[in-house]
Amino acid sequence: MKKRSLLSQAAAAPHIVWSVLFIIAPLLFVAYYALTDADGNFTLSNFGSLFTAEYLEIFLRSACFAFLATVICLVIAYPVAYFISKTSPKTQKLLIVLVMLPQWMNFLIRTYSWMAILEDTGIINTVLGWVGLGPVHMINTAGAVILGMVYNFLPYMILPIYTSLSKLDPRFVEASADLGCNAFGTLLHVILPLSRSGIISGITMVFVPSISTFYISQKLGGGNFDLIGDTIERQFQSAYNYNLGAAISFVLMVLIIVSMTVMNRFGEEEGGVVA
Amino acid sequence: MEKNKIIELKGVAKEYDGEIVLDSIDLDIYDKEFVTLLGPSGCGKTTTLRIIGGFVKPDSGELLFDGVSVIDVPPHKRPVNTVFQKYALFPHLNVYDNIAFGLRLKKMPEKEIYDKVEEMLAMVNLRGFEKRNVNLLSGGQQQRVAIARALINSPRVLLLDEPLGALDLKLRKDMQNELKNIQKKTGITFIYVTHDQEEALSMSDKVVVMANGAIQQIGTPTDIYNEPVNAFVADFIGESNILDGEMLRDFRVKFAGTEFDCLDKGFEPNEKVDVVIRPEDVDVVAPDKGMLCGVISSVTFKGVHYEIIVNIGGFKWMIQTTDYAAPNSKIGLYIEPDAIHIMKKSEFSDMFGDYSTYSEEMDHLSDLTEEEMEYLSELTEEEEESE
Amino acid sequence: MSYTKRLNKIYAVLIFIFLYAPIAVLILFSFNDSNSTGVLTGFSLKWYRELLSDEATMTALKNTLILAVSSSLLATLIGTAAAVGINKMKNKYLVGAVNTVTNIPMMNPDIVTGISLMLLFVFVGGIVNSSNSLNFWTVLIAHITFNLPYVILNVLPKLRSMDRHLPEAALDLGCTPLQSFFKVELPAIMPGVISGLIMAFTLSLDDFVISYFTVGNGFETLPIRIYSMTKKRVTPDMYALSTLIFIVILALLLLSNFVGERDAAKKVGKKKGAKK
Repeated sequence: MKKRSLLSQAAAAPHIVWSVLFIIAPLLFVAYYALTDADGNFTLSNFGSLFTAEYLEIFLRSACFAFLATVICLVIAYPVAYFISKTSPKTQKLLIVLVMLPQWMNFLIRTYSWMAILEDTGIINTVLGWVGLGPVHMINTAGAVILGMVYNFLPYMILPIYTSLSKLDPRFVEASADLGCNAFGTLLHVILPLSRSGIISGITMVFVPSISTFYISQKLGGGNFDLIGDTIERQFQSAYNYNLGAAISFVLMVLIIVSMTVMNRFGEEEGGVVA
Repeated sequence: MEKNKIIELKGVAKEYDGEIVLDSIDLDIYDKEFVTLLGPSGCGKTTTLRIIGGFVKPDSGELLFDGVSVIDVPPHKRPVNTVFQKYALFPHLNVYDNIAFGLRLKKMPEKEIYDKVEEMLAMVNLRGFEKRNVNLLSGGQQQRVAIARALINSPRVLLLDEPLGALDLKLRKDMQNELKNIQKKTGITFIYVTHDQEEALSMSDKVVVMANGAIQQIGTPTDIYNEPVNAFVADFIGESNILDGEMLRDFRVKFAGTEFDCLDKGFEPNEKVDVVIRPEDVDVVAPDKGMLCGVISSVTFKGVHYEIIVNIGGFKWMIQTTDYAAPNSKIGLYIEPDAIHIMKKSEFSDMFGDYSTYSEEMDHLSDLTEEEMEYLSELTEEEEESE
Repeated sequence: MSYTKRLNKIYAVLIFIFLYAPIAVLILFSFNDSNSTGVLTGFSLKWYRELLSDEATMTALKNTLILAVSSSLLATLIGTAAAVGINKMKNKYLVGAVNTVTNIPMMNPDIVTGISLMLLFVFVGGIVNSSNSLNFWTVLIAHITFNLPYVILNVLPKLRSMDRHLPEAALDLGCTPLQSFFKVELPAIMPGVISGLIMAFTLSLDDFVISYFTVGNGFETLPIRIYSMTKKRVTPDMYALSTLIFIVILALLLLSNFVGERDAAKKVGKKKGAKK
């Protein structure tokens, strides 16, 4: 019996070997390149060069943009998720498919399409022109970049929040009303805390791609708003400084891990108070 | 009945995580027998069955089929088949393909398979269900398919793991009769696991009562009921009043402060014993004519009879009688010598007392099957993991 | 009450307009007569004709399909086996470690996954003195790597919820352990395997960032071609292409939904059957 169980556990072996070769080893290479110079000698100068005003500004901007995009997504997505969870099961299914459907279209093209909408001679300004307004300059602004992030990652906020809300037992809401909570109190003290896990995974799923994107800022920011992703991309695809690129990637990973840890701690404490 | 040993368990023991599940059990099973392993959840009955089926390997001990050790034979090579608790029908196959599964593995020609499947379907009263989706059958129908799927392979022994546990009461009774008939017709040895004592008594040729990983008693249903060996068996099989007593000499016992004639002998003079008196063996008489006297504390109507709890010197007796008596009235009890059964003291002696804490609810709690207990413990394990 | 309800509806409609505006725009302009992506001049199918006669795009499409089919099939194979193995593992720490590592490609930003694999390939290529260390095989490896967690994520719950007596019943009826897996367990978890395969396929089809860093010059996928084209002014044949891809994905989604629904119908049927 024991032998057989060991044999079937061995079915995972190819995957484990694969993970070591192509998940763990590559990450070790990121660390290796980050800590060496072009000749392969150990150095900390890659990290040192990141402590300049130029790079600090990029890191700060990326964090700010990603934070703003995440907050806006959360504010927009929560009511949508709540609305969907209150419809009939059939409608819920349809609406969720509709939310996810745009994701299956190439995101480069979708982002590019926003250019056509936001341009000075684009669709919005054309329409504004008809009613005698504008033109409003929108493309190549910080707002356009954040809009691009919100647009591309909004579904990743709606979906997990919806999932946690749809699992929420309606009896909790009834119990809360029964115990004298008004609608707002119920939302604040019952529904929000119980959908916390969905909110947290939504934040993760929006924040991570937002802080690491490079295409959105290039297209909608017109190259005026360098983000971490742009800097990394440049090191690997045009400047060919792999060591510096690896160091920036390393910092990006650390940044993400730190913010996720802080958020999880924050989420737990919130939960602790409520529970 | 031919006395032809088919399975022998010798000193079979099993531990899980340092907890003893089976404590060196010995058991012989004879050809064409209907044997029931009976006991509460966690007593080791399902583990015993799974050891015979080959799904669990014992830590020590020997398992013989026809005198040959099969301890290292994998399940698919053993001459036994199993009816699983929740049937374990293959969801991707229809009724016919489920039943034909075993024969197809043996590469039997399809024509022969067809004949045998039809024969099986007739036996379990499912003619015409060949093409049905097994997921859409009722519990009772799924049960029949599972039995047909196992029996078609003509096993020497059929193992049944609480096969009726998921059915409602009425269906259970019908299936009990049907199973007994099938067993008689096929002459296959049945090893049947249940926690339901009534089921065990009504179906079996031989009942094996288990508790705490050990066999407490092996015997015919009548033996087990009339001559329980210890307080556990007496309490588990049917209702019993179990009292502390003292064997004064052969055929004379003292309990509840009174001396009685009895039919038991062979104890040491003045040996401490457990005395069992079944509720239906007590006659209710006028207070002045009774051997014992007490006040009725409650009366429950049970349909066929009344269940009366009587307080006699602080000990609460349960008595079943067809005559109504009002609560708080005084009655006398008359006990014939053959209604008194004497047992040696055992590890279970102090665990079963009177009916002062008796309630229906407690009964239901202990009705959880082993599967359900396992499920519950798995649930809590998962919760721990997710934290 | 009905006032807030109406407000809710209006809000939801606005959000959906926001989500679909760019898609509507590009579908609209894919049928436009001129090569402007700003002004509608008239209906025409010329961009679709142009697309079909553009050899480079057609090659990229073929490459993308080859990559998506092979990577999703291989990932499904490795991932399903992995799920079976993980499901049997008893050691809590081992399971925890495997799960953590498995989830890294899902949690890490795509750009980090991309450059980390690129560094590995470049380094190994440097050792063996290969002139092009990035090629079809490297991008295939990369795609299998990020597909694996999604396959496991789809298969493992099916294994966990499978009646654990099923394989025992198969053994009991005379299956060898291997036969039991192929005749009983695999059919039982098939819905999970298929939805894992479809998910891996669509992810691979759509991936740009990871391919961008792990693919060599000789092998161009569709998203990469789109990227290089959007560096200049995009002609509407890319819009036509996106519209076509959108329709294909829609069809796939409906298909997987259909499979899922059949699965659900079975379960509902089971409950009904039990009630009888």
